[in-house]
Order: sequence, then structure tokens, then C-alpha cells
Amino acid sequence: MKKFLLAILVLAFVFTPVFGGVGHAADKMKVAFIYVGPHNDGGWTQAHDNGRIYLEKHVPGVITSYSENVPEGAPAEKVIRDYANQGYKVIFATSFGFMDPMYNVAKDYPNVIFEHCAGYKTRKNMGTYFGRMYQPDYLAGIIAGFMTKSNYIGFVAPFSIPEVVREIDAFTIGVQEVNKKAKVHVIWTNSWFDPVKEANAANTFLANGADIIASGTDSPAPLQAAEKKGKYSIGYDSDMAKFAPKSVLTSRIWHWGIFYARAVKEVKAGTWKSTEYWGGMKDGIISLAPYGPMVPEKVKAYVKKRKDQILAGTFDPFDGPIYDQKGKLRVKKGQQLSDKDKLSLQWFVQGVVGSIPKSGS
Amino acid sequence: MTSQSSIFVTLSSTAVRSGTILLLPTLGEIFAERAGILNLGIEGMMIIGALFGFIAGFVTKNPYIGFVVGMIAGGLSALIHAFVSITLRGNQIVSGLALTIFGLGITNFFGQPWINRKFTIPVKDYAIPGLSKIPYVGQIFFHQDLFVYFSYVLMIAMWFMLFKTKLGVHLRAVGENARASDAMGVNVNRNRYFWTFFGGLLAGGGGAYLTLVYAPFWLDGITAGRGWIALALVIFAMWNPLYAFIGAYLFGGIDALQFQLQASGTTIPSSLLNMQPYLLTLIVVVAATIVLRKRHIGTPRELGEPYDREER
Repeated sequence: MKKFLLAILVLAFVFTPVFGGVGHAADKMKVAFIYVGPHNDGGWTQAHDNGRIYLEKHVPGVITSYSENVPEGAPAEKVIRDYANQGYKVIFATSFGFMDPMYNVAKDYPNVIFEHCAGYKTRKNMGTYFGRMYQPDYLAGIIAGFMTKSNYIGFVAPFSIPEVVREIDAFTIGVQEVNKKAKVHVIWTNSWFDPVKEANAANTFLANGADIIASGTDSPAPLQAAEKKGKYSIGYDSDMAKFAPKSVLTSRIWHWGIFYARAVKEVKAGTWKSTEYWGGMKDGIISLAPYGPMVPEKVKAYVKKRKDQILAGTFDPFDGPIYDQKGKLRVKKGQQLSDKDKLSLQWFVQGVVGSIPKSGS
Repeated sequence: MTSQSSIFVTLSSTAVRSGTILLLPTLGEIFAERAGILNLGIEGMMIIGALFGFIAGFVTKNPYIGFVVGMIAGGLSALIHAFVSITLRGNQIVSGLALTIFGLGITNFFGQPWINRKFTIPVKDYAIPGLSKIPYVGQIFFHQDLFVYFSYVLMIAMWFMLFKTKLGVHLRAVGENARASDAMGVNVNRNRYFWTFFGGLLAGGGGAYLTLVYAPFWLDGITAGRGWIALALVIFAMWNPLYAFIGAYLFGGIDALQFQLQASGTTIPSSLLNMQPYLLTLIVVVAATIVLRKRHIGTPRELGEPYDREER
């Protein structure tokens, strides 16, 4: 009996998500965030938590709370429901796996506004939001294309879902635009977060002569592996320069606060409508982190030219002509890959070495 | 630089390092299981060693002190399992699983201020005179850091102790037939306590090697399931310390191999390649039991069974 009590105690201790900073002021609008990882994970969730802090600072009369380490699936439903019960007006769920739980809760609370990150299910009171990360990916690719000497660039990739394929393609389009000889090699780790596997993947690239490692996974292990060998790297999620200052050229980063402030302002003003938000660089939701000191002015100037065009809306990384891996023309000159095609992308562009495993779903 | 043989050597020596993360916990669990204690808490002990080893290394700026602290932290956490399964005679599966969950929880809690910190002191490699000159083998196995050499020495010493000394006979007897060894005057509980603690030491060491050398930073859940692989490797090694390195380096090397295939643009699905080590474990177990017609492949007979002197 003792051992079961012990086990149950331990389970209860571990699985109780931590509720942080619950507010008191009744006149303030209460906003909740559901996190899949710890708020200071240095990657994905940290980027969202920075957004939460930005929201508190920039929108007066708002008070925020968050639950971290919330498991995806059924347990999340209880956490979301609790917030709705406690009079929270807006709830943000920041991981794909919170989609169905939020969708279920949203049905029962028509007066609460729900926003889900990276999903595709909406209701009258539930919208989705995400960012066009492929734009910074493309710009980072330009930098890599200029900086590589061995013309071997390694991309450590998590899962073969359209979001990641889009990142690799945009990155490679940038590389190839300035350096036709450079190739982007891809390794799938089949995991969002596994530092050992990520380091192994980076070390494999380095042994094969890679001089730039780009990371699409959540840990800084690939960047540190590159720094150890005196090679360059490109980070993801948030500015990863502090992990490998001699190696990181730049990182592709999220600024969720821009969206959070906008959405909450709309709710306050009563103008909020359920949308499928897919913000770009011009909205400020994504960008490149400050460049490392090794990036030359010439390269910065070229990137700035392209960035200005993206901001002005006169250029998109997926403007034709685009050839696929086998040399087949996929997007004609003068045309552009549609948003629908971008969202379901499952082929590699010219310049990528690697293949896309058939995903199970 | 990029000739085929130098790629092979570089990848293999990386495989030895990443295999060391698995080798230490595997060796520890072999001894704990030989003594009759099944500890499913390897993942928890590893991550406890990973965090506290990292903190100690960070504070003292010395990876070796960090490693020792990581080992001790792992060992102490194993005592929880020892207490429940030996003194309370509880269910070892429940207690081991609880230890894993406890380890993940406690490191999540105490690790908060350390998230995003990195350990910057590089660990030196040493070439072993003579041996390091052997083509390929020397480059791969004898240009390593002290932790890797420690694992070599430990593996051989453990094999010798287990099969060639009286201490080893006692250890095995306790796991095979606790009542008989008790009758022979071997202290069953003291043996089991000690070897469970020993298993924790090595699991903690494996975790500390990860956060001090292989991926030198702290993030929540950094062991990412390596403890479970170590558990499978115990079976792969058929409870023999000398075979443990084969499985550990194979798992370390399979990443390198399948990543190498991917990086060179193969069309074999990566999920199939990822499966290889697990498949091999199954094949070894099946081959050992069927082909060799050996029913007893080293599994301690009373593995997981609590011992009660009063019971008849």
C-alpha cells in the first residue's frame, strides 16, 4: 500500500502544471497562455512567453497567467476549461497538439475568445495564428550561400511535415540564389527535441565537410557542435548566439508579442473576428536575430535589399521560376506558389540533397 | 579531409563518445539486475546525474568534479528504489517507474535557473602512447577523453569481478537464489542495496557525461529517453559487462550511420534506419534463446522478486 501512495504522490507532484502569476484586479482583462514546455526553455515556449510579457507591457489593463508543461491531448482540455471557468476573456494555446482540446472547450464558452497556434480548426470564437517563417529562412539561406566555402551546408530537421519542408526549401532558395554550387544536405532526427541526436546529426555533416549547420530543431546542440569544430551555424526559435557566439551567423526568431497585443486590443475594442492569421515579416511577427560579427557588410547589404522587397510585398521567396530536386519546373516565371500549396508543401527544391520520408498521417 | 576513410574514423570516434552515454548506465544496470533488482528508473537517475553533475561542473568549473557529483546524485536517487524494493519489498516495476517520473519532475523543478546555461570548459582528449598509433582502431578508440577511458577500465574490471572473484559469486548468487545465498551466509539485502546504489552511480555518470561533454548545456528532459535504451542494452548484452560495449557503440554508431546515409541523399526512409538498433536487440535475444538452444541467456533467475527471510 505504501508504495502506491508514494507513486501517486510522485505522480501528482509531477503532473500538476504550475500556475504562475494569477491576477487579482477585477477590472483588468484576464488573458491565459497554455505552454507545452517550461516558460524558459530557450526555444519555442520561451518565444511565446516573451510574447506574453510584451503583451502585458504594451496593452494597458491586461493581466496574464500561464500554465507550463501542459501535456498535449486530453489533460490540456481540463487546463483550458479551468481558465474559461475562472473568467479569462482570451486564451492562447501555443502548441499544435492543443487543437482538439481547445476546439472542444470553445464550443461550451461562446463568450470567451480562443486562439490556437499552428492549427487548422476554427470556430466563431476560435481563431488560429502562425507566422511565415519561410521569409527569414530564405534570408538566412542567402547568408549561408555567401559564407560557405566548402559548398556543403547541413540542415538538421525534425519531422517531414509541410512546415519544415517549407523552411528547408526557402532556405535552399536563398542559398542557391547567391551560390549555385552550394548544396543543402538534410538529416531528419524524427524528434523536436533530442540534443544527442541533434549533435550526432551535426557531427555527421561536419565529418563530411560541412562548414555551415542550420538547425530546425529546438535545442542548441547542433550549433555547439559546429562551434567546437570552428564552423558556422544558424539558429532557430530565439536568438541562440549566446550558446555558440563564435559560430552563430544569425537565428530565425519569433516575435509572438506583436500578434498577442494586436489580438487582445481587438478583443477589447470589440472588433475581434475569428481568422486564420499567417503573419509575415512586414507584420513583425518573425525576423532574423542580430548578425554575428563575422557576417561581412557586403552580405548584410544584399540581405537588406531582399528584406526590403519582402517588406514592401514586391518579392516572395517562392516566386517562380522554381525547380524541384529532379530539375522539373514547378512554379513558372512570373507566377508564385499559392498559400494553399505552401501550407501542404511536400517536395524539395533544386539544391537540396536528401529525401522526404512519407509521413504517417 | 573528406576522404571516405577519414569520414569513417571521425564518425566512429563520435559513435564511441555518444555510446559512452549509454555504456555507463548499461553497466550499472547489469550489476543491479545481476543482484536481482530490476530498476526501471535509469532514465530518472540519468537525468538527476545530468542536472546535478552540470551544476557542480558549472560552479567549480571542473568537469571531473561535476562528473563525480553527478554519479553521487544518481547513486542517492537509486537508494529510493532500493528502500522501496528491498526494505519495503515493494513492486519493483512500480517503484522504478516512479523513480523515472520523480527524476524528470525534480530536475524540471531544480533545473529552472539553469536552463539556457552552457558548460564552456572543454574536456581534453588524450592519445594513449602506442595504442593510438594502430591504424583506424587507435584513431577511433584511443584518442578519447578520460571519461571514455574510465568506461573501458570499468567494463573490464566489472567483468573480472563478476566472473572471477568471490565478490562476484556472491553478487550473482543473490540474484539467482536469494534464499540459498542467505543460508550460505551472504547478506542478501546488503548486497542488493549496494549494487542498486552502484547502478545509480553509473546511471548518474552517464547523464553527467551528456551535460558536461557531449551536449554541454542544461535543458529540461535532455536525456530524451536514453535510459530506456540502456535498459534494452542490458538484455542485448545478456547481462555480461564485456558485451555491453557492443550494444552501446552500435546504438551510438547507428545514428552516425543512418545520418550518413541520409546526408548523402539515400532514399531509404529514415524511420526504417532509426529502427535498426531495436531490431538488432530483438534478433540477439531470439538468436540466443533459439539458435543457441540456451534457455538461460544470463537473466538472473530471481530478477524483480523481493526477498523475505521470514517467508517460507
